[in-house]
Amino acid sequence: MSDVVTVVLAGVGGQGTILAGDVIAKVAVAQGYDVKLSEVHGMAQRGGSVDTVVRFGECVHSPIVDPGVADHLIAFELTEAARQLTTLAPGGRLVVNTRSIQPLPVLIGAMSAPTGIEAALAYEGAVFLDAEALACEAGSPRSANVVLLGAASYGLPFPENVWRDVIASRVPAKTVEANLRAFDLGRTACGGGACGV
Amino acid sequence: MSRSLMSGNEAVARGAWEAGVRVGVGYPGTPSTEVLENLVNYDDVRCEWAPNEKVAAEVAAGVSLGGARALVTMKHVGLNVAADPLFTLAYTGVGGGYVLLVADDPGMHSSQNEQDSRNYAAFAKVPMLEPSDSQEALEFTRAAFDISEKFDIPVLIRTTTRVAHSKGLVEAGERSAPAEPTPYSAQVSKWVMMPGNARARRVDLAGRHDRLQAFSNESELNRIEMRDASLGIVVSGIAYQYVREALPDASILKIGMVNPLPEDLILEFASKVERVAVIEELDPYMSLRLKALGIDIVETGLPAIGELSPDRIASAFGAQPRETRDAITDLPPRPPLLCAGCPHRGVYWALGKLKATVMGDIGCYTLGALPPLSAMDSCVCMGASIGMAHGLGLVGSSERPVVGIIGDSTFAHSGITGVLDMVYNGGSETIVILDNRTTAMTGHQGNPVSGKTIAGTDAPMVDLEALVKALGVPWVRTVDPLDMAATLAALTDATKTDGVSVVIAKSPCALLVKRDDQPFAVDEEACTKCGACIRLGCPAIMKVASGQAVIDTASCVGCGQCVQVCRFQAIVEVGPACDFGGGL
Repeated sequence: MSDVVTVVLAGVGGQGTILAGDVIAKVAVAQGYDVKLSEVHGMAQRGGSVDTVVRFGECVHSPIVDPGVADHLIAFELTEAARQLTTLAPGGRLVVNTRSIQPLPVLIGAMSAPTGIEAALAYEGAVFLDAEALACEAGSPRSANVVLLGAASYGLPFPENVWRDVIASRVPAKTVEANLRAFDLGRTACGGGACGV
Repeated sequence: MSRSLMSGNEAVARGAWEAGVRVGVGYPGTPSTEVLENLVNYDDVRCEWAPNEKVAAEVAAGVSLGGARALVTMKHVGLNVAADPLFTLAYTGVGGGYVLLVADDPGMHSSQNEQDSRNYAAFAKVPMLEPSDSQEALEFTRAAFDISEKFDIPVLIRTTTRVAHSKGLVEAGERSAPAEPTPYSAQVSKWVMMPGNARARRVDLAGRHDRLQAFSNESELNRIEMRDASLGIVVSGIAYQYVREALPDASILKIGMVNPLPEDLILEFASKVERVAVIEELDPYMSLRLKALGIDIVETGLPAIGELSPDRIASAFGAQPRETRDAITDLPPRPPLLCAGCPHRGVYWALGKLKATVMGDIGCYTLGALPPLSAMDSCVCMGASIGMAHGLGLVGSSERPVVGIIGDSTFAHSGITGVLDMVYNGGSETIVILDNRTTAMTGHQGNPVSGKTIAGTDAPMVDLEALVKALGVPWVRTVDPLDMAATLAALTDATKTDGVSVVIAKSPCALLVKRDDQPFAVDEEACTKCGACIRLGCPAIMKVASGQAVIDTASCVGCGQCVQVCRFQAIVEVGPACDFGGGL
């Protein structure tokens, strides 16, 4: 089992984590790996927490993971990064989008927004990026999930051209260029040395 | 053929298609829904959403009687609804292969209970296959059709959420052209289950079950994987994958056919290993049967509630806990919620104004039970809102008006008979039908009210008002729930009228409407921090530290419900949010 690599994508329903997970899985398949991908549909789609797990290696059995197993945690949202932190193995790679989406108990004032999450995540070795800002810079505000894929890609053992091919095949034709720019921006944002492979 | 990624649901659809299935029919329910949604995309197969699982199972019975192969799909609770035809179809047996896919939801990711459908197989005396990944989902589905025809019996396939919704690599095959059904001729003693015929078929069923028992012992669906003989695990379904990861050295008897269990093979396996353990999610279905075979099984201490995982299994066998990071605590939970622009919100607001006692039902609108709407007193099963409202009304212990609330698809599923009951028995409660023109919670499937088939073609659209009147309801009014004053007025009148009253709140699901409305913003000068808009529980409205409401213009769809509850005209239109380009 030791050769199996586990990536967890944590976010909020509607952020595109499931589609991002699909891209990672397809890239791994293209590289000849056995792959399993796990996601839970249903109630989670209505603005709830959504976690997608992608596992690849020589032979992958379980599609789900226990706490402390994930090699990579790619968080699309701050609170979800904190919520899923225990999934990440000590020494695992933590990439966090600085966007914050407040859950309903906070929106209605029943709970206060958590404070100090960024600091706590930074202590855990997180690399931060503002995926929405980079997506706007790329020319497609909805490509934030592709920015995060770019950030994820920097730590995963797949050639850049395979990522680009799979992404290009999954987005509307007229947005291919913007999405590939988004991918580059995410990858570069992580390439400054802080991410480390 | 190259391998491709498929979910368990996609693989079941593929397997059915390869098996030459002629008709797929079911009712949407997480985690089963995508089976038919995928099957409908294949050529030469007819797919239909039925109003409920019982009807689906009966349509498939007719297809089978006619000599063609049929697939029926549903979630676990749907099998409760379809159980009636299933139990007797075990007696009649089949013509064309009859396969029923039931998707269980251990851990209740999207369900009101967790059931172990393996019990149904034993109860109804029908075979059940349980795949452990997508490849098996395809292969077992193909095999199920052959077994159904060979043994003249409906076959169940059980998946769970982690099989249905996980993706893995699948090597697909080709379609076997469906055999042309022989011209129909009646077989009365086989299909007319009056007592005289049924008694004979009951005996015949016992014989079929015995032959299936022998088949199970020989079938490749069940296999022994010998490794270290000091520990042998009997396991089926997704738990097999967990065991392979948690206990890589253990010998395994992998059960693919969970009913009838391969008793001889189990005894053979038990004789080959020093200790036998059974690992299974939910009920001790196999454990009890192994004990009945006289096998001394290891007590694992694994729970019969919720999902298993590799580490849970490993720790049951003495593995040290894995090193983990410290959790960041005190995080606010993130429950699912009604979308911005959801038309159900206006109805719940009005019910709150009336201080109604609300019997709820199954659908997106169940989310109205959560704060701040907190607008629901019960949620049990499809259609229960109506019967429970009537029953509560009979007792008279609620001083508040009693209202049952039910979605359009749920009403078609199990609501019509409830209203009939209220009319027949002289009820005086109010029923609200939330007609959002779709089956929203499961991902927007068509239904008889929406007027769309599973293939996206037009179907006759049920006129709910006419239907309810035809049932004998004396008081019916249709309102637009986005017009909150009209909705409140209708509900006020309905709850005051004698006899059964029905309010149809008709407005399409917010996710289906491309609104060109402008988003709104809060005028900080005018806002008195009264919190009326906050109490709508809209994800686009946030109460900030000062108590002020703030609207996220990117999330706001401009439905205008908050504008209607603001008594200070503090919510105003703003320009369009940024132009969203296409993403993934």
